[in-house]
Amino acid sequence: MAESILEISSVSRVFVKNKSTVTALDRVSLNVKRGEFITLIGPSGCGKSTLLKIIAGLDTQLEGKVLLEGEEIVKPGIDKGFIFQEPRLFPWLTVEKNIAGDLSLRRPEIRDRVAELIELVRLQGFEKAYPKELSGGMAQRVAIARALLRNPKVLLLDEPFGALDAFTRTHMQEVLLEIWERNRTTMIFVTHDIDEAIFLANRVVILKPRPGSIRGIVPVDLPFPRKKASSSFQELRIKILNEFEKVDDLELESGFVI
Amino acid sequence: MQVPAQETDAPDRNTGFAAEALFRLAGRKALLGILIPGLLLIVWQLSSSQGWIDGILYPAPTTIARAFYDLILSGTLWENLRISLARAAIGFALGGAAGLALGVLVGMSRRTEKVLNPSVQMIRMIPHLALVPLFVLWFGIGETSKVLIIAKGAFFPLYINAFIGIRNADNKLFEVARALEYSRWTTIRKLVIPSAMPNIILGTRLSLGLAWLGLVVAELMGATSGLGYLMSDARQFSQTPIVFVGIVLFAVIGKLADSGVRLVERRLLHWQDGFKGR
Repeated sequence: MAESILEISSVSRVFVKNKSTVTALDRVSLNVKRGEFITLIGPSGCGKSTLLKIIAGLDTQLEGKVLLEGEEIVKPGIDKGFIFQEPRLFPWLTVEKNIAGDLSLRRPEIRDRVAELIELVRLQGFEKAYPKELSGGMAQRVAIARALLRNPKVLLLDEPFGALDAFTRTHMQEVLLEIWERNRTTMIFVTHDIDEAIFLANRVVILKPRPGSIRGIVPVDLPFPRKKASSSFQELRIKILNEFEKVDDLELESGFVI
Repeated sequence: MQVPAQETDAPDRNTGFAAEALFRLAGRKALLGILIPGLLLIVWQLSSSQGWIDGILYPAPTTIARAFYDLILSGTLWENLRISLARAAIGFALGGAAGLALGVLVGMSRRTEKVLNPSVQMIRMIPHLALVPLFVLWFGIGETSKVLIIAKGAFFPLYINAFIGIRNADNKLFEVARALEYSRWTTIRKLVIPSAMPNIILGTRLSLGLAWLGLVVAELMGATSGLGYLMSDARQFSQTPIVFVGIVLFAVIGKLADSGVRLVERRLLHWQDGFKGR
């Protein structure tokens, strides 16, 4: 558990737009342990999505270094599973073919793995369904299964449940925790929902905007399954809120759920 | 009070039922398509047998059917039809395949688009008939020039639609393809072609139509066989019924080919989630 799988050292990212520059990330450093569940939280504009895109290799215009198992990240790949805000399924493929992607379902080992994953994300009976027949939560579970089939070293989730209603969202959080408990995949999860951040994480990483940097890291030692209404949960919630209040000029922007 | 009221309702309800039955009958898809041609045929036959219209310029449907029957019996129809179908098929295959391939190429690369597209668009604007003299000079009056005229017509709809289809592909899915480490070839096969498929099928339908259209042009430019030849030959001898047989055959075979593509379309595109009409 102590071994680092991901080392982010002094990463900066500057966007240049019409001669003006915006520093999205300013010397961010973070070590993630193997099998750890990290949530990144902060108001919009704090660079949390940018950081995730950098880890994914989708954004390579950075200063500093990101090492995954000691190797520098230079391009996207299946070792860095990425779950977007939308499911991004291929509409012409059935659920099982979406999960399989470029891997052939005719290979027995692929077929077995896909069947296993469909069970893991609780989609039995929907193997032959098309994306248009799925609800938002179901589609997002297909996307998760698609990433997991490739045995990623780390699963990166960019506000994956943001578009779902509160009940579906809670359900999805439970499904994700179950996956994590069974597979022990290292997870980095971006959210702007404090409850979600505490409910899922081993450590909550709090980011602040302008320039985007780490405000603080709050370890969450509550046992699973966690109860959002419990007093220890609420204590952590207050602790994290206090972290935010330390920033004098903090502006809470719309979409930031307290 | 209620009883007589019900009695006066009765006739209304009967016509209501009749209208409903008629709608149900017309509601069957096949019947809806046949409605207008069927009505036209009845009026036509009636006008012809009553002597309201000229029987030579507008032969009655029964006369046309008779000519059709005779052509089948003598074997001329099949002979010429076969040749026409072969020309259309080869021309469509050549032009369509080239259009699809080039459309994909130009769709995938901005540079290829800049190099090729202006020239292709210029050639597109040249009418068939303007090219006929040149084709005859270059390739003679034989099959080559005919097939090439048909191919030219079939080329453009597939070219343009494949191109548009590819450019309409969802950029977000390309990000997914990158994250899943799809090779360039896999990306084309698994992402580009399927997302362009609705347009490619539309292009195929239009290409088929233009191949069919090009066939007439090709066969009227001096053929000694084929459906177009049969018609121009009949025109010279004022055999209007045979001209009509040709027209009807063009319509029916064209429609059958189109229906065939639509059948394929329904199989390939059932994943689509668009408005399907009321």
